[in-house]
Amino acid sequence: MTWLAVMGVLSSAIFSGVSLLYATLGEVVGQRSGVVNLGLEGVMLVGAAAGFAATVITGNPSLGIVVAMLAGGLMNLVLGYLVINRGANQLASGLALMFFGFGLSALIGKPYVGTRAASIPRIALPGTAYLPQRIASLFSFDLLIYLAVPVALLVWWLLYRTRWGLALRATGESVAAVYASGRDPGAIRYQALFVAGMLAGLGSAHLAIAYAMSWTEHMTGGRGFIAVALVIFSGWHPVRAIYGALLFSGAVAFQLLLQSAGVPVSPFLLDTIPFLLTILVLAVSGGGRRHLAPAGLGRLYSGRE
Amino acid sequence: MREGRETGRLPAMEDAGGPPVVSMRGMVKRFPGVVANQEIDLDIHRGEIHALLGENGAGKSTLMKVLYGVYRPDGGEIRVDGSPVAIRSPHDARRHSIGMVFQDLRLVPGFTVSENIALYLTDLGPVPRRGKVRNRIRELSGSYGLEVDPGAVVRGLSIGQQQKVELLKLLLSDARVLILDEPTRVLAEHEVAALFATLRRLCADGYSVVLITHRMRDVLACADRITVLRQGRVAGSLLRAQATEQALVGMMFERELDRVRAGGSRKVGDLTVLELAGISTRADGGGVSLRNVSLRVHSGEILGIAGVSGNGQRELTDTIMGVTRSVAGRKTLGGLDVTNRPVSAMRANGLGFVPEDPLSLAVIPFMGVVENMAITDTRRYARHGGLTMDWGAVREDLDAAADRLGIQVRRTAMARDLSGGNLQRMVIVRELGRLPRLVVASYITRGLDLQSAAAAHQALVQARDQGTAVLLVSDDLEELFTLCDRLLVLYDGAVAGDFAPEETDVAEVGHLMTGSGRGDARGG
Amino acid sequence: MRAAAESRRSPALAARIRSGLSRYLVMIAVTLALFAIVLLVSGSDLAASFRGLFRSSFGSLYGLSEVVVAMIPLLLTALAVALPWRVSLINVGGEGQLYIGAAAATWGALSFPGLPPVVLLPLMMLLGFAGGVLWALVPALLRAAGTVNETITTLLLNSVAPKIAGFLIFAFWHSPMDTVKTANFVPAARLPAFFGSRIHLGIIMGGALLAAFWAFMKWTRWGLEMRAIGGNPEAARRAGIPVRRLLLLSLCAGGGVAGLAGMAQVSGFYGVLLLNFSNGLGFMGFLICWMAGGQPLGIVLMSFVVAVILAGGDVLQLTSNLPFAVINILLAGTLFVVLARPTLFGRQKS
Repeated sequence: MTWLAVMGVLSSAIFSGVSLLYATLGEVVGQRSGVVNLGLEGVMLVGAAAGFAATVITGNPSLGIVVAMLAGGLMNLVLGYLVINRGANQLASGLALMFFGFGLSALIGKPYVGTRAASIPRIALPGTAYLPQRIASLFSFDLLIYLAVPVALLVWWLLYRTRWGLALRATGESVAAVYASGRDPGAIRYQALFVAGMLAGLGSAHLAIAYAMSWTEHMTGGRGFIAVALVIFSGWHPVRAIYGALLFSGAVAFQLLLQSAGVPVSPFLLDTIPFLLTILVLAVSGGGRRHLAPAGLGRLYSGRE
Repeated sequence: MREGRETGRLPAMEDAGGPPVVSMRGMVKRFPGVVANQEIDLDIHRGEIHALLGENGAGKSTLMKVLYGVYRPDGGEIRVDGSPVAIRSPHDARRHSIGMVFQDLRLVPGFTVSENIALYLTDLGPVPRRGKVRNRIRELSGSYGLEVDPGAVVRGLSIGQQQKVELLKLLLSDARVLILDEPTRVLAEHEVAALFATLRRLCADGYSVVLITHRMRDVLACADRITVLRQGRVAGSLLRAQATEQALVGMMFERELDRVRAGGSRKVGDLTVLELAGISTRADGGGVSLRNVSLRVHSGEILGIAGVSGNGQRELTDTIMGVTRSVAGRKTLGGLDVTNRPVSAMRANGLGFVPEDPLSLAVIPFMGVVENMAITDTRRYARHGGLTMDWGAVREDLDAAADRLGIQVRRTAMARDLSGGNLQRMVIVRELGRLPRLVVASYITRGLDLQSAAAAHQALVQARDQGTAVLLVSDDLEELFTLCDRLLVLYDGAVAGDFAPEETDVAEVGHLMTGSGRGDARGG
Repeated sequence: MRAAAESRRSPALAARIRSGLSRYLVMIAVTLALFAIVLLVSGSDLAASFRGLFRSSFGSLYGLSEVVVAMIPLLLTALAVALPWRVSLINVGGEGQLYIGAAAATWGALSFPGLPPVVLLPLMMLLGFAGGVLWALVPALLRAAGTVNETITTLLLNSVAPKIAGFLIFAFWHSPMDTVKTANFVPAARLPAFFGSRIHLGIIMGGALLAAFWAFMKWTRWGLEMRAIGGNPEAARRAGIPVRRLLLLSLCAGGGVAGLAGMAQVSGFYGVLLLNFSNGLGFMGFLICWMAGGQPLGIVLMSFVVAVILAGGDVLQLTSNLPFAVINILLAGTLFVVLARPTLFGRQKS
């Protein structure tokens, strides 16, 4: 197990985990307004497919990123329509959206399977210039990775320092209070979902355009589901979401490390570590988490009826 | 309106008796099956407390909700300052300086006072400065006795304090007409006095207050003008000077009340049916813990638990029933130690439960009456080891119980189609039908019409007379004083007082209900 | 969310059937319309595709039998959702429970090849059920302890189960030639098929369990108690009904049924345990349950419809060069319509 291997795995964990962070941030915004999106996996896939397709067609990866964000936002609006306008059950609507995402992304992405596209440029992490080339190249990150933490802080600022964020959080806590204050909780939720969708799209854009630089069906690999769990884990707080995403990516990195070190445990089993770890953390801290949840989500997330 | 915001004082206008601020003419509001407001006229004048008096269901709340834009009227006209306006949402109402404090206080429990008020204000920029709202609150709260800590989380405040926040909210958003829907329902005596003092100071500064209430005492204590509603119509409107209690009662009701005189056979037995010894529970999140609660209910006795909602009543009934675990203490039923036994064991030992709001705590809404009868004792009606249910037996028991109690139960396909009164009747038949040893009754007449409330009282008294022990939790002191043989006060999860009704009075109990001692008998 | 069973107390039996049937006819019509839209958008030959679809599903007896074969696991995974649904529990873990049930049944098949089918098959059914129960137990316990909602835990475990199955195949069970699947099951471990088609005993399992479910909810004491919990859990609790116990049992029983679905697939359909053999059977069961409102008869009907859609997926791939995954659009679209127009589909509380 050389330092190079460790660094390599760390780098790979960061690259693959950034999309998870963006998706989690989006879900935090959505859940703070009182809407759970189980279809996040489908939303991300559509974002990835649309973004990748746009990149191939126009040859401009930045445009691809924008398209991915828009696609994510639009997908979330579908959820919004069902849940807000039609009063449908959130969990069922989310799963329906997930299926829709599976199918739509396959449709959009089909012509581009196997194609490679231009990626966004990578910039070396400041301070790595004096390291050996092989290691330094591992820490050459693209713009979206550098932006991840600032975006998390931006989301925090939006939620806690602006009037829009106040109204959004209030919608997740008490729709009656929002209505009584003369605002429209439905409109607020639509806005929240659109922002959440854009963040998810941003994450999937990174995955498809900056990281994998290709499109395959189901390329998000469960990130959408993990993000929903990470929201609880981070107590619905955007800054703590960074730690959650870090922990999960760290777990992924850890098991990759074990694999590369030749630890004689089946890669299948090692793959399960991140998920089991998340469940463990939720189980241990779950009781304490409950009171952090936006009150409006209570019926969905309380352990008791 | 810079002045208004900083000092809370409105420019001086002509005093009460001048042209009305708000004028409603011919208001009509229909709901499926009922006309809530029929051709109602109402005037609200500046600097006046206008009480809207009537019993439950008379249409008072509905009328004000129309004014505040929560409902759209089916007919009629509203004028503000003489000009006709269309109010289609609370947003519109607020634009016309009308504000409303609802019965179920529309605050966000998880937010601080500042955040709640910031949510409500419309003139803050997109990125409000941190101390701005806090300062505004501090400036205003001193003027009217509305002191609250801007940084406090609403969940931790008492109902009285939350009401203050609601009022501050309205004042800081430049409301001139303040509508309060049953504000005294959850307040104790001296809190009520403090509220009225605040309202009078506001009126002196030119605000207008509409006080929706069903309590005579409120009206006589503070109203300048009184409008009585009865069954959706105006039964009369007078100035305070002209109003007497008889006149008002005469307008409120068409006929004599069927009040249950709790005479009957007060044979309080020596047998202790229910005993709690040092019961303590641990609250999670927002609830209240019970602290070393001890009490005894004897057969043939009605023990009343007085207290303001939210002082542990729910925890008490839940612990007695077996829904909540106690962490200390002992509970016995009929001499048997049933500490922390499950609900099924309690029921098997003769416990019955009549809650407030049957639709949420006692009844399965989409099931019919017969099925609802069976759920409390499925074992009794199970046949073939549980593979089938004997519905014939259920019906027989239902008929027998209804006969015995003299209560008619309407059978419908779905319980949720029944009215509140009929639901409560059904629950009473089910719970009292087989003469339980102990009945836990909780706010049983809340939201009921007078006839149904009287029927409920009658059933309780009848059960008591036949030897059942009754534990009655209520916030209606009149109900408690009339029915109970003994009275306990519950405050902050602990027993604050224990007497027979003759030994005490409403004022003393009221003070215990809010934590002040026997000595502070003076109001606010 | 209150999973109120759709109220079936309309006066006339005929009106009941009519209203029920029209709901499903509308759903089928919507699905066909979506199919057409997808084809149009992708520039495929509408007529040819539809002809292909009908030929492959209804056109021949074999086609029809293939649809029935595809139905079998769906009946069970839908029931796996419907049972806990009655007490307002959301079981989205069917996918994972399926895999563990399949793995457990596979262990039975590979460990006891010498037993006669009349012993081995019930043993495998038991193992499959047990596997599913096991996989639902942890979420159920966490939920009952008031710690984590079962939706999250079952979703996460869905991702874990196929990996465990993969591990078992790879490490212990794989056939000499192929590392992605086990050795073929002995004939005694195969659910027998009928009529020379591939329809296997699983159809009896599915049908019998659905019928038992219907009778159970309607007649038995625990069915009444479960419906009470689903209708108003607080009232049920105060009525003395053992809510926590029934919640646990329902979720575990649901898991067990999903495990049976896994057993049915490996024993009846494949005859091996294949890596990642389920292409969303668990989630499709969820979809079906929702579209059917948790009603057993509706589950049968919607399972049939979804099976036809799955057959359509093959057609799409062949005739229109569209990826199989596109049928997910059809499934999603149908559910969208059900969610968006609940009144059209009977009073369904969300």
